[in-house]
Amino acid sequence: MSFLGQTLAIAAKDLRSEVRSKETVNASLSFALVILLLFSFAFDPDSDQVREIAGGLLWLVFAFAGTLILNRSFARELVNDCLDALIASPVSGAQLFLGKCLANYALLMIVECISLPIFAIFYNVRLPQRLALLFLVMLLGTWGLTVIGTLFSAMTVNLRLRELMLPTLVYPLLIPALMGAIQLSTVLIAGDTLGEQNLFWFRLLVAFDVIFTILSLGLVEIVLVG
Amino acid sequence: MRLKIILALATLSALLLSWDLYRIFLQVPDEASQGAIFRIIYFHVPAAITSFAGFYVAMFSSIGYLIRKDLRLDAAAAAINEVSLAFATITLVTGSIWGRVIWGIWWTWDPRLTSFFVCWLIYVGYFMLRRAIDDPTARARMSAVLSIFACVDIVLVWKSIEWFRTQHPGPVLEIRGGGGMAPGMEAPLWWNLLALLMLSTALILIRMRQEAMQREIDSMRRFAHAF
Repeated sequence: MSFLGQTLAIAAKDLRSEVRSKETVNASLSFALVILLLFSFAFDPDSDQVREIAGGLLWLVFAFAGTLILNRSFARELVNDCLDALIASPVSGAQLFLGKCLANYALLMIVECISLPIFAIFYNVRLPQRLALLFLVMLLGTWGLTVIGTLFSAMTVNLRLRELMLPTLVYPLLIPALMGAIQLSTVLIAGDTLGEQNLFWFRLLVAFDVIFTILSLGLVEIVLVG
Repeated sequence: MRLKIILALATLSALLLSWDLYRIFLQVPDEASQGAIFRIIYFHVPAAITSFAGFYVAMFSSIGYLIRKDLRLDAAAAAINEVSLAFATITLVTGSIWGRVIWGIWWTWDPRLTSFFVCWLIYVGYFMLRRAIDDPTARARMSAVLSIFACVDIVLVWKSIEWFRTQHPGPVLEIRGGGGMAPGMEAPLWWNLLALLMLSTALILIRMRQEAMQREIDSMRRFAHAF
């Protein structure tokens, strides 16, 4: 099988097991709802202020709900020593990693696409006219979150405190991507036009994604095998 | 031999620091707009440079570990990062004191402060990760990967903030195109940097000695348990 074929096989395997159990997507979605509820106590949900901080709120929800999915990504392979079997199989570390990334990416995008309209309804935020641009920001930002999250999920999989370690390690590293995604989302949701300054954030997001994808693909073999 | 190097470095840096303290407090005049508090720059900036230099040297040590699989390189990386984290803490604390006097607040979410805090947090995570892993080779591997990620991330964080309007003063020193300090005022800063670099090297060497001893104790313990 080709490189892509094996990668897709891993991704399909992860997605299939998720479709059958629905455990992480359900948990992640309900967690997103809980956070959305909690926000309503943190500030006045009816004020105009919400539009100004909408991007930040949205990405906080995505990042928090995302780590639930990412945490399970490698941890679910621990049962019956599946992870060892996967590493021993003729699939390379990069393919295993990329396959898992794709599966996580799909799951995260599903969770995001469901929580975005709920967010808009709860907080009376009108979604922007150029929804496609917001979607592009979501695609770029989520890929950054997925790549770093999946690699660190592999790094922390054998730790007792992995549920704690993953967010503590991943969020600070994600700051550039989150910063860019938050800035762009806020501008788009407020209905403003994208200027020169915002173009920079787009470039930053793309650069972040490319750099960390390459770096992760290069280092994942060390993480998984040694 | 190594002990002599440590002693020599520590003595040199102590002498240099005392000479510099004399110059900073007794020879350099107060700054026109900030008064006496500006002197904190002589520790704030060199500590920041020392910590960043350390983080990058540690990254190369980590890469060296991944290539050579020599645990001594991992110990070096950990020692360097630990000392650099201490200097990063000094930068944050001195910056905070300076900010309290000049801006009237201990902390502001200015991009440069934020980004430095992010770097600090990443390296706190580095030591959390090291503590959480018991197996020495796995620990070395994972922390080497994290070290590489951290250093790449710092560049991105740095670039992203340079685009942002910032409350923190822009480049002041001559090498970064600032040219904002009188020559007589800038010189002690570089001497202080040299002193701090020597001090941190001495600290790193002490830390590496401890790590080597720890490895020796561990191997003796394993040996004793074998019987």
